[in-house]
Amino acid sequence: MTTLIDCPLWTDICGYAELIPERGAGALVGGDQVAVFRLWDGSLRAVGNYDPYGAAFVISRGIVGSRGERPIVVSPLLKHAFDLDTGAALEDPDVRLPTYPVRLRDGRVEVGGR
Amino acid sequence: MRHLVIVGNGMVGQRLAELVHGWRVTVIGAEVHAAYDRVHLSDYLAGRSAADLSLVPAGCYDGPHRTLLLGDPVSTVDRTHRTVHTASGRRIPYDALVLATGSRPFVPAVPGAEHGYVYRTLADLDAIAAAAAGARTGIVVGGGLLGLEAATALRNLGLAAHVVELAPRLMPTQVDEGGGEALRQRIAALGVHLHLAARTERIEPTGTGGLTLHLAGADPIAADLLVFSAGIRPCDELARGAGLATGERGGVLVDRGCRTEDGNVYAIGECAAVEGQTYGLVAPGYAMAEVVADRLAGGAATLSTVDTSTELKVLGVDVASFGDAHGRGEGALQVVYADPVGAVYKKLVVSDDARTLLGGMLIGDTTAYLTLRALVGTTLPAPPEDLLFPGGGQVQIALPDSAQVCTCHAVTKGAILGAIGEHGLADVPAVKACTRAGTGCGSCVPMLKSLLTEAGVAVSSALCEHFAQTRSELFDIVRVTGIGTFSELVARHGTGRGCDICKPVVASILASLHTGDHVLEGERATLQDTNDHFLANLQKDGSYSVVPRVPGGEITPDKLIVIGEVARDFDLYTKITGGQRIDLFGARVEQLPLIWRRLVEAGFESGHAYGKAVRTVKSCVGSTWCRYGVQDSVGLAIQLELRYRGLRAPHKIKLGVSGCARECAEAQAKDVGVIATETGWALYVGGNGGFRPRHAVLFLSDVDTPTLVRTVDRFLMFYVRTADRLQRTAPWLESLEGGLDYLRRVIVEDELGICADLDAAMARHVATYADEWQATLADPDKLRRFVSFVNAPDQPDPAIAFVRERDQIHPARGVLVAGPNLPVGAP
Repeated sequence: MTTLIDCPLWTDICGYAELIPERGAGALVGGDQVAVFRLWDGSLRAVGNYDPYGAAFVISRGIVGSRGERPIVVSPLLKHAFDLDTGAALEDPDVRLPTYPVRLRDGRVEVGGR
Repeated sequence: MRHLVIVGNGMVGQRLAELVHGWRVTVIGAEVHAAYDRVHLSDYLAGRSAADLSLVPAGCYDGPHRTLLLGDPVSTVDRTHRTVHTASGRRIPYDALVLATGSRPFVPAVPGAEHGYVYRTLADLDAIAAAAAGARTGIVVGGGLLGLEAATALRNLGLAAHVVELAPRLMPTQVDEGGGEALRQRIAALGVHLHLAARTERIEPTGTGGLTLHLAGADPIAADLLVFSAGIRPCDELARGAGLATGERGGVLVDRGCRTEDGNVYAIGECAAVEGQTYGLVAPGYAMAEVVADRLAGGAATLSTVDTSTELKVLGVDVASFGDAHGRGEGALQVVYADPVGAVYKKLVVSDDARTLLGGMLIGDTTAYLTLRALVGTTLPAPPEDLLFPGGGQVQIALPDSAQVCTCHAVTKGAILGAIGEHGLADVPAVKACTRAGTGCGSCVPMLKSLLTEAGVAVSSALCEHFAQTRSELFDIVRVTGIGTFSELVARHGTGRGCDICKPVVASILASLHTGDHVLEGERATLQDTNDHFLANLQKDGSYSVVPRVPGGEITPDKLIVIGEVARDFDLYTKITGGQRIDLFGARVEQLPLIWRRLVEAGFESGHAYGKAVRTVKSCVGSTWCRYGVQDSVGLAIQLELRYRGLRAPHKIKLGVSGCARECAEAQAKDVGVIATETGWALYVGGNGGFRPRHAVLFLSDVDTPTLVRTVDRFLMFYVRTADRLQRTAPWLESLEGGLDYLRRVIVEDELGICADLDAAMARHVATYADEWQATLADPDKLRRFVSFVNAPDQPDPAIAFVRERDQIHPARGVLVAGPNLPVGAP
């Protein structure tokens, strides 16, 4: 049986070159606001754009960096840091941004629905 | 999901709502305001807004399982059907019910009592403030903690205050006779009229809006208004109505698990009588909230011994009491240090062999409070008299491992040191997360810092985990090596990929040293905080505000009209700033270029309100118009603002120019302040507003304009190069070894031989300045970033929504306030 999770509906976001390395971009995926990131090694990440601490859709506008080996984004509102691999807040792993599958196809960035 | 209903959205009810997980939570508040900091209520009359005092974290009641109902008191509790009924007719079923209804002010039954106000809620304060308009004198009945708080509030309103207390001393619950005397001296010295051992007989209105307070056996007092603040009584009516037992002196009777006789109903905070005892302090209330949160999660927590130790500032006087402060224990001895001249009083209560500390009180000097509180119950490390002398108990005394550092969570020094060693904790947040110490009332946080030091954790001067250097060291590295990108700098002198601390610092350094480049050019764009990235100020809802530069605060009518038209056309909220400019709020990212195209066409430039940069030069109108002005302050202000506009710095920089010694531009509150003299200018440096206000200090007097400008050039450049991250000029000056004299030797006498370099750096800044917004509008590549959604560039963020208030937009918020338009019924 094929489930929705196995076969996400991919949404076109933008050309890969349009993403600035280490800077996020907001995108609409289905009804969700998603923050899409191109990291320093060229890989892609997508997490929810909603900052649960600041209660606003601003994650895509945070500074991208690293904490140890983990890639992170820091919300611009109250400076909470989130792990871009898992979506978890660094100071409270129970607080999580949703994560989305993201892929590069024919030079285009695509994000899967959840 | 089971449903928890919390009756009361005070400090304790709110704390419980934040602690509970796994339940659907409905909080019902009688007041129209969501939970606020009642402990700092008098600040409300000193200018802090209700929003400043709010204790509700953003998003606390967002989501489907969290509801806050305000302005709708619960009228009855139906325990049979497990339902509460509210005044507006809501019927809300519960699985568990927590009463957190707090208490009400006690008003003595004297004739004329109805002419007095009470002091408990924001609404009470609004009423007092309204009555105080035009009033000159106020009386507070009650000289306890709450009474002195109310007296503070009256003084904040500009009234002369009388305090009337039945007991022969102030704060009779917390302090003894000697302490009361020290307190009396200090408070009387502030001009507060004290009437001790005075019994209120009756209150008579005078017919002219004032009133007279008649005392037993003393002269009556005439005043414009009177406030009762003489204690509190628990609000236990709901429990009585529901047939639940109450304590002998009131309060909902609960066991140490905060449960009433009905297993589904709890009571916490000031309304609860734990085994018959009520507590009027917030710390025990928070402890009760933790007990109930644990029980709702299936635990069996009980309230441990309640610590009623307090440290507070009443009318600016430091007061602390801890443990058995009155020496009521059997055989307790008291050791007293009293300094009648300095009005300092300290007392330790010790066991009969003078070896164990039982409690104490400190008036006028509470520096030893945290150490002494932690020593309660332990063997004294030194003779008691040594602990009492001025400065005693601060650093010399090593606490034993058994000393309780955090009394809220009963965490000992040994446990904290153990956790620091075992888990390699390196800072206070890590200690808090690991041990829970410092997460209750927070009073022990300074002690956590010194324990980290004691454990040998070096307080590092490293900028962050990516750079071991300080900001000024990095500045020198970039200056000497000519490195032009973050990637090169972190590869050669750091580790990892940076973070929200080091990236903006490097962006600022590059802006200072590569002055001609745009802040959004190439990799520089990725280093900027969102404010610098969108060249606007991020607001709480994700929208931005826009501030065009208005040099010196001088603006033509035509330009004013343009600002008005832009604000009207984009429906922006407008507010006049303290820096003599106009802030336009509520712009979405995609609107920013459209707004700025209009502004740039009309001749406006970026005001850099979004940057750690020179902001404004505030000025008074000066000799051009003013009868008293002696120099052209507006002219100089414009000259300075145009010279330094766009200068990036470790923190924001503000300047001010006053045209005479009357100082209407408040220049002494600025980083650089200039005040006109008959023969030239006086230069002040290092003034700050903000969290820790500081007056600027006089640096040069009677200098001509070229000398003034040259000195300011060097001052700013020296600060930009050597200050720490986010260090404003006042703390930077304090941190300079040699202080003001040293600064004078460097930038006036050129002792280090760097003045030519500083001058050249400023000349480069002035020569290469270009308006960031104009350059951005001319670059399609940069403009592409100004969208909410990269795959739907025309679509605005639907989550940014506004309501209209006082004819302007305000951010829409997700909290319900009961009103005629709200649906009635269970949520």
